[in-house]
Amino acid sequence: MMRAGSIAWIAGHELRLAWRDFVSMATGGRRRRTAVAVLLVAIFIAFMHWLADLTVGGHADAVPDRQTLTIVTGAVVLSWSLMLSQALEQVTRAFYQRADLDLILSSPLPARRLFTVRIAAIAGTTMAMALFLIAPFVNVLAWHGGPRWLSAYGVVFALGASATAVAVALTDSLFRWVGPRRTRYAAQVLAAVTGAVFVIGIQAAAIVSYGSPARFDLLQSEAVAALAPAVESAFWWPARAVLGEGSPLAAVLALGCALFVAAIAFFSTRFARHARATAGAPSTLRARQGRAAAFGRSTPGTVLRRKEWMLLRRDPWLMSQSLMQVLYLIPPALLLWRNFGEGSDMPVFVAPVLVVTAGQLAGGLAWLAVSGEDAPDLIGSAPVTARSVLRAKVEATMAAIVCLFAPFLLALAFGSLWIALVAAAGIVAAALSAIQIQLWFRLQARRTHFRRRHTSSRVATFAEALSSFSWAGAAGLAAAGSPLAPAGALVALAVLLGTGVLRPVAVRRRQAPVAPTPSQLSPA
Amino acid sequence: MIPALETRALRKAFDRPAVEGLDLTVRPGEFYTLLGPNGAGKTTTLRMVAGLLAPDSGSISIFGVDALADPVAAKRMTAWLSDEPMIYDKLSPLEYLAFVAGLWGVDAGHAEMRATELLDWLGLAPHAHERCEGFSRGMKQKVALAGALVHEPRLIVLDEPLTGLDARSARLVKDVLIARVAGGATVVMTTHILEVAERMAERIGVIAQGRLIAEGTLEDLRARSGRRDSTLEDVFLALTAEEPATA
Repeated sequence: MMRAGSIAWIAGHELRLAWRDFVSMATGGRRRRTAVAVLLVAIFIAFMHWLADLTVGGHADAVPDRQTLTIVTGAVVLSWSLMLSQALEQVTRAFYQRADLDLILSSPLPARRLFTVRIAAIAGTTMAMALFLIAPFVNVLAWHGGPRWLSAYGVVFALGASATAVAVALTDSLFRWVGPRRTRYAAQVLAAVTGAVFVIGIQAAAIVSYGSPARFDLLQSEAVAALAPAVESAFWWPARAVLGEGSPLAAVLALGCALFVAAIAFFSTRFARHARATAGAPSTLRARQGRAAAFGRSTPGTVLRRKEWMLLRRDPWLMSQSLMQVLYLIPPALLLWRNFGEGSDMPVFVAPVLVVTAGQLAGGLAWLAVSGEDAPDLIGSAPVTARSVLRAKVEATMAAIVCLFAPFLLALAFGSLWIALVAAAGIVAAALSAIQIQLWFRLQARRTHFRRRHTSSRVATFAEALSSFSWAGAAGLAAAGSPLAPAGALVALAVLLGTGVLRPVAVRRRQAPVAPTPSQLSPA
Repeated sequence: MIPALETRALRKAFDRPAVEGLDLTVRPGEFYTLLGPNGAGKTTTLRMVAGLLAPDSGSISIFGVDALADPVAAKRMTAWLSDEPMIYDKLSPLEYLAFVAGLWGVDAGHAEMRATELLDWLGLAPHAHERCEGFSRGMKQKVALAGALVHEPRLIVLDEPLTGLDARSARLVKDVLIARVAGGATVVMTTHILEVAERMAERIGVIAQGRLIAEGTLEDLRARSGRRDSTLEDVFLALTAEEPATA
């Protein structure tokens, strides 16, 4: 029996809550879906193993030459940057999500103990999420190339531990530099950007250097090989550890553990102080002059559109989350710039990239405007028809999409008017489809739950992605002048119609009122 | 005289019936309070009146306008305020009021003047330009109340508007509502604070299991319950005790 208040006892409590949270997320809060969720996870794991076999199965006999070490190091840095992003997000949540924090901080339990467990939990979650994606590749390599590849698990452990330590130190620094009020936003924006910056950075470098978006072209290039240190250098230890060498593995593990233990020793006490500071300090940015005139002499529709844009503009976290996809436009933008400058043929794949990004972005923005309405009672009781409200929200979303993508289309038109027209049509179709799916599956929730919106309806999430990719496929075919393009568009329409057929079932089950009571707001 | 609010045979069921054939008439310029135990159907009734919930059957009329046939015209005369202040954290009170005024189509100049006046009245003038995200619950509730009043509604529907307010804020809200009634507006309000109903309401409706079981002035209710010198609390408990317990 564990002693109440001990680290093991707190860990047990945290583990139970984390497990229940995970099950709730996986099943959408419906226990009867557990079997389906388990089946889906099993299918995903099998698919990942198949994908891993396809991509790395033939490289299991890799030796630690300079090229292999460069590529493995690239993969390690990518994994670490994604883990850091996730850890940063979790650390911020640990500070700001009050939940049980007030209860625990008001108890005689030493706060240091709680935060020791919470930092460990962050590391554990970060590693688990990474393993979910990395483990299939490691397993396949071990299957084909022997157990030496299993040492990659040790590297993942070390990466998770060090990423957590750095995330804790970074957040602590932010607290001291910008204060508790701004740390939340700064850390969450940092987390969002960190996750994408390596992938996009390396792709952008590949495009600028070689005119090719393939990241491996850069990693395998002579220029990188020339810059890379000698094979014997300690720089390659993480890669060597992945390849199964004992000493580098021990060193990487030791470094990861040392950083982690140091983070706990230094920061667990300060965590408690910061948590108290966030409770006391308002999360508001005070005394900024609000302009009532911003809504001016306008029709209710205009007022609603302005409100949507204003709320999005004023929420850096939401902005960073919803506009994350925009970062992925940097590579096609560079490609456009490079090809335009050189007068070469406009790459066909730019159109589908723009289309899929527009679809995903429109889905997120439509969720914020439609489901993430913070004052549904006010809107519901206003003398405006429900149709006008929805139209204003759709217009607000579409206007944002048009503003964002117009420069790309304009640049594209200089190179190829046909591809620009195809991309424009695809963007509009993908965005409208995503918005329609959001309208069909809307479930009132708080805007702060934007990150967890996918758990409220698996069908909507899947349909939104499938629709965007279908329209992107159609746009790609049309841009390439393929006669199959109309068939692609028909597939996209079929996806939308199929989603529409599923909609009444979902709506009937929910028996959604015109506007929910506050207690009906979905936590997911 | 056209009633400010009239419901006839109003019904709404979720998993079980929430409102069952409710007939309610509120006169113009009246302060009407709806009382009832938890789960009696008070909030459901008011949400249907505010156009937030579609009834299964029955009719709702606001100043003679059929609220189900012409909801926009009915809503133009109505304001709704719930116990949970739902406002936009990223807007300042002044911006929030300008937004509400825009929704109700109030002239911007007039709205700004009204907004400033209301914020001043509710003690929010020093915070007029701050974003609402750092406000206490009471401050948010006052912003929401200002939003309900900025378009000068003829019918004000409030669901537990005093929940979570301190004594000073509660007094302020009560004064504002009394002033609105004195100015000709009609107030329909639910509350669990019986002392408030006793002191403010001209007529009180007692609802249980979705039905109106008693209605009238405090004296009427005392007579009905057979407790001549009792407080409203005693009368309420006596009246609702006659009904089977609700879930």
